[in-house]
Amino acid sequence: MADPAVLAKLRETLRAIEAPALRRRPVLPVGIAPIDARLADGGLRLDALHEAAGASADLADDCAATLFLAGIAARAWGPVLWVVRRRDLFAPGLAQAGLSARRLLYAEARDDDELMAMMEEGLRHRGLGAVIGEVRRADMAATRRLQLAAEGGRTIALLLRRHGRAGSDPLRPPSAAVTRWKVAPTPSAALPVEGVGRPRWRLDLVRQRGGEGGNWIVEACDETGRCALPADVAGRTAAARRADRRAA
Amino acid sequence: MWPVERLRRAERTAAPPEPREPPAGLPGPPVPFPPAAGGRRAARHEGHWRPGARWAGDDSPSAAGHGAGGAPSGESSARAPLLLSERSGNRVLIHAACPRALALGLVPGMAITQARAQVPGLDIRPADPAGDRAALARLAAALARRWSPVVALAGEATLLLDLTGVAHLFGGEAAMARRLVRLLARLGFSARIAVADTAGAAWALAHHGADAVALCPPGAHADTLAALPPEALRIGEDAAELLRRFGIVRTGTLMAMPRAPLVRRFGARLALRLDQALGHAPEPLDPVVPPRFIAVGRRFAEPLATADAIGHWLGRLAAELGEALAGAGRGARMVALVADRVDGVPQRIAIGLARASRDPLHIARLLARRIEAIDPGYGIDALTLHVRRSEPLDPQPVGEAIDGAQPPDLAPLVDTLATRVGMAGLWRAAPVESDVPERSVTRASPLDPPGQPQPPMKPDDVRRLDRAGPLPPWHARWPRPARLLTRPERLDHVLAELPDQPPRRFTWRGVAHRVVRADGPERVHGEWWKRLSEVHGSRDYFRVEDEAGRRYWLFRRGDGERAETGDLSWYLHGVFG
Repeated sequence: MADPAVLAKLRETLRAIEAPALRRRPVLPVGIAPIDARLADGGLRLDALHEAAGASADLADDCAATLFLAGIAARAWGPVLWVVRRRDLFAPGLAQAGLSARRLLYAEARDDDELMAMMEEGLRHRGLGAVIGEVRRADMAATRRLQLAAEGGRTIALLLRRHGRAGSDPLRPPSAAVTRWKVAPTPSAALPVEGVGRPRWRLDLVRQRGGEGGNWIVEACDETGRCALPADVAGRTAAARRADRRAA
Repeated sequence: MWPVERLRRAERTAAPPEPREPPAGLPGPPVPFPPAAGGRRAARHEGHWRPGARWAGDDSPSAAGHGAGGAPSGESSARAPLLLSERSGNRVLIHAACPRALALGLVPGMAITQARAQVPGLDIRPADPAGDRAALARLAAALARRWSPVVALAGEATLLLDLTGVAHLFGGEAAMARRLVRLLARLGFSARIAVADTAGAAWALAHHGADAVALCPPGAHADTLAALPPEALRIGEDAAELLRRFGIVRTGTLMAMPRAPLVRRFGARLALRLDQALGHAPEPLDPVVPPRFIAVGRRFAEPLATADAIGHWLGRLAAELGEALAGAGRGARMVALVADRVDGVPQRIAIGLARASRDPLHIARLLARRIEAIDPGYGIDALTLHVRRSEPLDPQPVGEAIDGAQPPDLAPLVDTLATRVGMAGLWRAAPVESDVPERSVTRASPLDPPGQPQPPMKPDDVRRLDRAGPLPPWHARWPRPARLLTRPERLDHVLAELPDQPPRRFTWRGVAHRVVRADGPERVHGEWWKRLSEVHGSRDYFRVEDEAGRRYWLFRRGDGERAETGDLSWYLHGVFG
């Protein structure tokens, strides 16, 4: 009889025997080389808390951050729990960012404390690929609880920080999150014809633990949740690399 | 009558036209009388093969034919005659009729169109034979608890009760029959009861006797039967018709006839039914077994006062409950903990489970979260776990993949979250085939991923040629916003060219936006098959991007050409990322 508890214990013992330096943390690469190079772990750590906020209180900025997190969750592995305060998420829109309705379970919390508690339950369940929460106020203690709950698992914790009424920066107060992002929409790629091209965002890595920040212009999530570098920027680096090779 | 009266009763107890009672499952704690159904009974008497036994048959077959039966009650006489319709082939027939309709000559088996032609203003509803049978089975289970240990279903509207050694508990057969009639009348059913020596005789008397309550003295059933028509023998309509054509209108004639030609002409069934009614052949009953309640409890000599102690015993009781559930082959959907306090005030907490489960750890964990709701007062001297609702649950295989690769089970998570926000706060989005954005999503139960399992296709099904698979519920390319406003918000100062140009500028929530790029229009027509007021309405949706790169989803009511399609006002409905 395979007792799961015994198996878990054996696995724990084995992990303790391995050299800690050799243990690799599970990581979800962003898929964009410059950003992955900047991130301390070569990607977004799966066993950690990440935060994102819109650049301003405008609903469009908020939606950009929403889709950014949805894209990350879409590329995580399993079912996703999204804890909301308002029921305004539009499932067809999220499905276009790669997060299909099949994988997504919604829960509605009545206040921020309850929301954090529900996220923690989701993280401790260990059967989810990602847990997303939309919160207006979360202090250091609350985010640290989430970070602790996330550690040791493979459930990525994503927190959407919303702007308060006062108009203060939601990413300014201290937080235990490993990375903190600020997302703003920018004018889309120009098309040869009339119309709106692929949306673009301005991504600001405001803070990360053990690394530097940075900012990039990226193209928004496609239907698999992947972001991309705009073609003109990517083409420029490729051309530069070719020039380097010729010079060498 | 049973279907008609069940319908009437359902109308009285609930507002919607035909509420379906919840599936029986394992009902909760013993209620004095389950809200089952009613019916009529015919009681009868026992047979020689089992001396001393008496049968009570309870049957409802229509009081219709005989005036003696349930006369139309006051309330029903104020309403239009009620008919229940059933489809038979490509004809729609009367399945059952209320007494008023029967008095008008509308009998079961007649075509509905004919009835409509004869009587205007009929109240016609679809029949629900499965629901009727289920209601009768529930009534039988209730009777088996309180009235007689052996209760059997006999046909669509008849119950047979074995009164052997039972009737004296209710004051004798006559008193018991009267009490049963009164009980069923309270439930809204008119009953006919006959008590006789054999089940067959009781059935015959109840269905074809003159009185609503008929008591046949012991040993007299043969004489009583002799006066009844041959239909009373539970033979088919065809056989009865044939007998009538031979001029046999009394069972007594049949009894006097030589047996061999009878069997050759009508088959063994008629002879068997005759023997059963007379008590010459045995007729075993298939008794209804009332569902058992599952509960485990513990009494304490020393009252419990702390949450720790309650939590400890909760764990022990949950383990016992798990075993009891496993023994019964069921999984709990709702469990209640009842703590009896020393001062006699019971404390209750209940939990629901998203999926039937008998995992003691899970049940104990969910209950332990609510322990604070128990006020121990001066101490608790008994704890009981009741299974309030349960479902069949087969033995579960231990995960075959021991490395933990099996898909995660979300049910424990759903239960845990539901104890915080309730099941109303948990949902999944399920697609709906509708072009109107706010109707294209509905909320579904959190545990059933959307998508119905398709029935297997036949080998020659033409759909097999379609290799592309079903279309996705939502179009993958048409722009859809990340967030949809619950109510579209009116825009001010909109500058747009008619008929189908996107706006050049608009003001939303007091902020002016200049549109740089736009896509559209995507025209969505009103769904007149859902709401008649939308028959002309249409919306033109545009995706617009302002100078800062913010993308919004706007729509204009109306197509810009015909005034009846809308008033050309502009709204913001969603925001893209």
